[in-house]
Amino acid sequence: MITVSHYLTLSSLLFILSIAGIFLNRKNVILLLMCIELMLLAVNFNFITLSRFLGDAAGQIFVFFILTVAAAESAIGLAILVVLFRSRKNIDVESLDSMKG
Amino acid sequence: MEALIFYFFGTVLVLAAIGVIIARNPVHSAMSLVLAFVTSSFLWMLLEAEFLAIVLVLVYVGAVMVLFLFVVMMLDVNVERNRAGFTRYAPLGIGLVILIVGMLGYVVWARTQEMNFLQAPPRAAADFSNTEALGSQLYTVYMYPFELAAIILLVAIVAAISLTMRRRPGLKVQDVARQVAVRRKDRVRMVNIESDPDS
Repeated sequence: MITVSHYLTLSSLLFILSIAGIFLNRKNVILLLMCIELMLLAVNFNFITLSRFLGDAAGQIFVFFILTVAAAESAIGLAILVVLFRSRKNIDVESLDSMKG
Repeated sequence: MEALIFYFFGTVLVLAAIGVIIARNPVHSAMSLVLAFVTSSFLWMLLEAEFLAIVLVLVYVGAVMVLFLFVVMMLDVNVERNRAGFTRYAPLGIGLVILIVGMLGYVVWARTQEMNFLQAPPRAAADFSNTEALGSQLYTVYMYPFELAAIILLVAIVAAISLTMRRRPGLKVQDVARQVAVRRKDRVRMVNIESDPDS
């Protein structure tokens, strides 16, 4: 019998793996964006699981909006990445220190 | 049967997520991410979210990941140099991951007894339409958020195009306003040519 904690465990595993990915791949901006997508997938997984087990469709509608915002975010992020690559010829995170942050 | 499907696709999903993180080539990472999206769409179908499962495949695998692959292949990143920092941050990453495993583990596993009062409702009938249920909510209760989502997508389109479009000098483009405003005297010159009486 698959209970709610099975699904929550799976989604937290996904979330943990994507956080580990962000910390391990600190060089490549594309991989960071992919890890953010994976993180959003884990969050959506939680929403859908609880929407099913609580019998409330609001969770699925929230996932719909998250998918919209995530698509917009990745489109703009990749556009910024292309502009960045055009001007600097690499996409290292570490070379982005011109603002001395 | 449900447990079998869950464990199979859950294992594939976790393996694909690991593949996203440790693949050397960004193209392989993108492919693993596609696999993760497809398997989680199967699992969403198991959770009776059929509409969102299809949307995940159509929007994510069909559009967003193709965009990712486009950018990955267009940018031609130096793979080896990008891996240089892999081990430097590993201790910090592992420490943080252990911390989060502890916290999430406490919430999910240690309090399972309190969580398991949530029993799965019985499966919906075969003629129940998940899309219809979502749509009837989306177009009534969530009307304004829905239109705001459309505006967000419009802003994303405008932002992405205006960021990446560049005007190179010497580019040959049509100026429609000038084409429309042209008059006869700008283009046609009437010349009087005397006919030769000898021929």
